[in-house]
Amino acid sequence: MNVLVGVGGSNDSPAAIERTIRRAARIADELTVAICTPDAATDESLAATVTTTLEEHDITAATRHVSGQPGSELVDIAESEGFDEIVLAGGRTSPMGKITIDKTVEFVVLNAHTTVTLVR
Amino acid sequence: MNSERRYPETVSGPFEEPPIQFNDRDGRDIEIRPYDSSEPEYEALVEMYVEFDPADRAQGIPPGRESRVRTWLDGILADDCYNLIAWDGDTAAGHSTLVPDGDDDYELAIFVLQDYQEAGIGTHLIESLLGYGYSEGINCVWLTVERWNHAAVSLYEKVGFETTGAESFELEMAIRLAEDG
Repeated sequence: MNVLVGVGGSNDSPAAIERTIRRAARIADELTVAICTPDAATDESLAATVTTTLEEHDITAATRHVSGQPGSELVDIAESEGFDEIVLAGGRTSPMGKITIDKTVEFVVLNAHTTVTLVR
Repeated sequence: MNSERRYPETVSGPFEEPPIQFNDRDGRDIEIRPYDSSEPEYEALVEMYVEFDPADRAQGIPPGRESRVRTWLDGILADDCYNLIAWDGDTAAGHSTLVPDGDDDYELAIFVLQDYQEAGIGTHLIESLLGYGYSEGINCVWLTVERWNHAAVSLYEKVGFETTGAESFELEMAIRLAEDG
């Protein structure tokens, strides 16, 4: 299966990014990690987290950088390049412990024609 | 969680402060008072949440298993949080809580056991919690609620919460208890 992982669109924590990539790697024959970032500084720290995760867990993946609206970009990439599934970190929790879904996740869930997996 | 959260300019209140006692709509004698950190009160809350109807869960809380309930309660019953319990004798019928989010404001949540819903307990639990928070110097309180949960949204609006974020699955609502600084 050809799997696209989106990270960074929702201020994902490093732990969430690691969990999401590892989970995606279990189902993927081919794995691509899309780093979605609003600015260069965030991009650098996210890329470092992704690199560390891939190296530590011996995961082979292509990485690419995505600018613009992360939700629509991820859906567009998945559909135009033949991905079977999009995998995202599935929501932050508030201080109270409530699960909250951000705009990127909501957009992908509502608009993707591929399967979408939210990792918790 | 988000220091750019918007708050209403208008101050809401004043609200009743705990402890309070009242008869609910079913004639039960209910007392609302601050959680005293004792073992019996803690265990009564665990019991309430273990009995909680999964259909009334909101955004993943309360969790479903007792071990997870205890872990979750340990977080929200910490010393820097404010908790009220509604008691029917020795039974915890409801619980409201304010949890700090690191930005001088607090996230609110409220839970009422199924047998005690629609009896006026929720309104007292939230109003007395806001009164408690105000008396402890809290200025701003926010919450999230699933947008289809009209009963909850109406209750929050009734006490003065305004919708401050509607672009996501959940509505974000906020209330101001006092002017800043």
